[in-house]
Amino acid sequence: MARKQLHLAAHFPGVNNTTVWSDPRSRSQIEFSSFRDLARTAEEGTFDFFFLAEGLRLREVHGQIHDLDVVGRPESITVLTALAAVTTHLGLAATVNATFNEPYELARRFASLDHLSGGRAAWNVVTSSDAFTGENFRRGGFLDHADRYTRASEFVSAARTLWDSWTDDDLIADRRSGRFAAEGAGRFSHRGQHFDIAGEFTVPRSPQGHPVVIQAGDSADGRDFAAAQADVIFTRHGTLEAGQAFYADVKSRLAAHGRTPDSLKIMPGVSVVVGDTDAEAEEKAAHIRSQQVSGATAIATAELLWGIDLSDRDPDGPLPLQDPVVGSGVVRGRVGFTDPVATVAQWREAAESHGWSLRQTVIAQQNRQSFIGSADTIARQLDSYVQADAADGYILVPHLTPGGLDDFVAKVVPLLRERGVFRSEYTGRTLRDHLQLPTPQGAASGAA
Amino acid sequence: MTPLLTAVALDGAGFHPAAWRERSVGVQDLFAPERIVSLTLRAETAGVDLVTLADSLGPAGSGPGEVTARLDALAVLARAAPVTERIGLVPTVTTTHTEPFHLQAAVATLDWVSAGRAGWQIQVSDTELEAQHIGRRTAADPSVLWAEATEVAEVSRLLWDSWEDDAEIRDLATGRFIDRDRLHYTDYVGSTFSVKGPSIVPRPPQGHPVTFVALTGPESLPTVAAAADVVLIDETDLDAAVAALATVGDAVRRRGRDTEQVRALIAVSVLLENDPGTARTRRERLDARSRRRTPLDHVGTVDSLLPLIERLAETGFDGVLLRPAVLDTDLPTITDDLLPRLRDSGLAGPNTPGPLTLRDRLGLPRPANHFATEHFAADHFAADRPAELRRGA
Repeated sequence: MARKQLHLAAHFPGVNNTTVWSDPRSRSQIEFSSFRDLARTAEEGTFDFFFLAEGLRLREVHGQIHDLDVVGRPESITVLTALAAVTTHLGLAATVNATFNEPYELARRFASLDHLSGGRAAWNVVTSSDAFTGENFRRGGFLDHADRYTRASEFVSAARTLWDSWTDDDLIADRRSGRFAAEGAGRFSHRGQHFDIAGEFTVPRSPQGHPVVIQAGDSADGRDFAAAQADVIFTRHGTLEAGQAFYADVKSRLAAHGRTPDSLKIMPGVSVVVGDTDAEAEEKAAHIRSQQVSGATAIATAELLWGIDLSDRDPDGPLPLQDPVVGSGVVRGRVGFTDPVATVAQWREAAESHGWSLRQTVIAQQNRQSFIGSADTIARQLDSYVQADAADGYILVPHLTPGGLDDFVAKVVPLLRERGVFRSEYTGRTLRDHLQLPTPQGAASGAA
Repeated sequence: MTPLLTAVALDGAGFHPAAWRERSVGVQDLFAPERIVSLTLRAETAGVDLVTLADSLGPAGSGPGEVTARLDALAVLARAAPVTERIGLVPTVTTTHTEPFHLQAAVATLDWVSAGRAGWQIQVSDTELEAQHIGRRTAADPSVLWAEATEVAEVSRLLWDSWEDDAEIRDLATGRFIDRDRLHYTDYVGSTFSVKGPSIVPRPPQGHPVTFVALTGPESLPTVAAAADVVLIDETDLDAAVAALATVGDAVRRRGRDTEQVRALIAVSVLLENDPGTARTRRERLDARSRRRTPLDHVGTVDSLLPLIERLAETGFDGVLLRPAVLDTDLPTITDDLLPRLRDSGLAGPNTPGPLTLRDRLGLPRPANHFATEHFAADHFAADRPAELRRGA
């Protein structure tokens, strides 16, 4: 049986402490040249797509803007549309919150990106219900947690209705008869619990029909939403065992939606540290971890976990003795720990058995799978995980802007190609081609 | 006399509704990125100051005989940004239905990806059709929507200022990426929305991307007066255009702003041929297929267009927004014939190479930061700021 082919994506370094801004090689997080250079590296490595995260409210600690990590970023869809000008094949994925947008405007923006990139657009659908982020928007934090996925799912369905409102043949442009579009082209209506919209969509059917849909949530609701709507899942489950369990669970949900297992690609977000030898890579990784976790960052991470003010603690001293306070609101605008009580217990145990300080304990905690080793070790591991159905590929999260994937593309990608599990050149034109996803079936011409 | 500004509208197949039916137009490629890139590059090479692209949340034309489809205008010009370096990029952005926070972030980002060449033409969505597309509000009276648009422009400027230029410090000693004292909450409360701030996007290269507002009637006049760096005037004859210019000047002054800091462009649609007869024949062919009101227009030769432009400049307009009747035919005439002639006659400035911001092009200064003025040299900036924006005034 042919070996499964890997899919790879490049995550532009974001606003958490994975990104090491203090390194002298670290360049602007906002200038277009940084995006261009990392995207070009990814395209040289024949990656499937380039990925941008989103934040709609700057994060706060103790009611003040968090200042230890990268702050600020450009707006994703606009950056990706500009990147379409300086790349030719690379998929372009934007994270956009469904809660603070409406289907018509967002479907229009993604269809436009798909046209302007020749079929390379992807949308990572995220939802939010928090009033903190909502303070930047008309409607505030207006959704119950339980409604997030029902609204998101209906949002994506409505967007698909809009994308289907033009068929491939609706753009007639017949000079002689003077008919530009087919009768009823673009006409749509969607009536549901969350959206009641109708009218005329103005963007002709885009090269991919539907931009690729990515989903990143992990709850049971999130998994069902992905099984129903997504083409790609961006997950945290990057280890072999957790990855296999997640993979089996999600793929098993597809049949209920009439979908085949290969129509949804599972891609954990991981970091990679490449060295000349495994030992050298371990040293590099340890150095990167210490750059990622300064004393101040160790305190900030502990505050996120404990939910209390720890600003007067010594990061090189022991762990706080208090019990964590769940839902204290000390830290706002970022994803917290799912089970603080259990995590604190785990940290205490690890700190006691190794004699670690708070900072050393935080350094040792990795919430993301890392592949660390020589190029050969990493290529072998990535391949074996994918063949063992722990993933269909990986979203690589580099720690440096924009050079963070240079080593991987120069050293690991050639080995993956040698192993026959990763493309040597792009064989398709669109992101759906790269991901080997089925082409969406359009609606009948003029369907309303 | 300051050099005349030249702008070109790159909409659809051209300004005439039947433009797409001309043989010269590759209709199947109307939405291909290569088209907009080559048109923008042609304009840039010839020294055109800026290009505009209209937009709305409804159809572009009326009925199946016109180009009803179009892509998101800001996205289209973002696609052209990395392959150009000195031409201004001015998409229409509608303020009625989309969250102001998203709008200002997208416009700021266009400024980042173009290294300081972004503008935005504010427009409202007053049709029931657009309201049904979004499904949140019913169509409102234009004067209400323009009042809201003024607020969107105001909050956008505040959000662009919510990061001081030097907010990113990357201070290794303290481990701080930013100096949070140089980031500011906008705490803006408008009549239909509020925005806490700060923006997610650092202050764009121009400080404030350039705000364009078309004088579409009395409803948009207050927005022109309060927010426009550039006003677009669109009239059917010269006298009406001159009267409109005077109206704008009065409104700007009443608002306490300096008219020297507002540029006025007059829209002229052009169909250009080597001789008047050929021009008329082409116009008749187009009109036979579709006829709609076209504002101040010129059908004829470049020779006869020059005196018209000269008149417009003499009457106080800072420049012209040229709307080619058929882009593929009339843009080359503008770039290859008209612009060199304007330059030879001394009306237009020299076409020098090298990067430029849109504010450089327009001769508009980079604005001071509303928040930063508080803690340095407040008096220095107070003089050239409108009274209502002065802190503590």
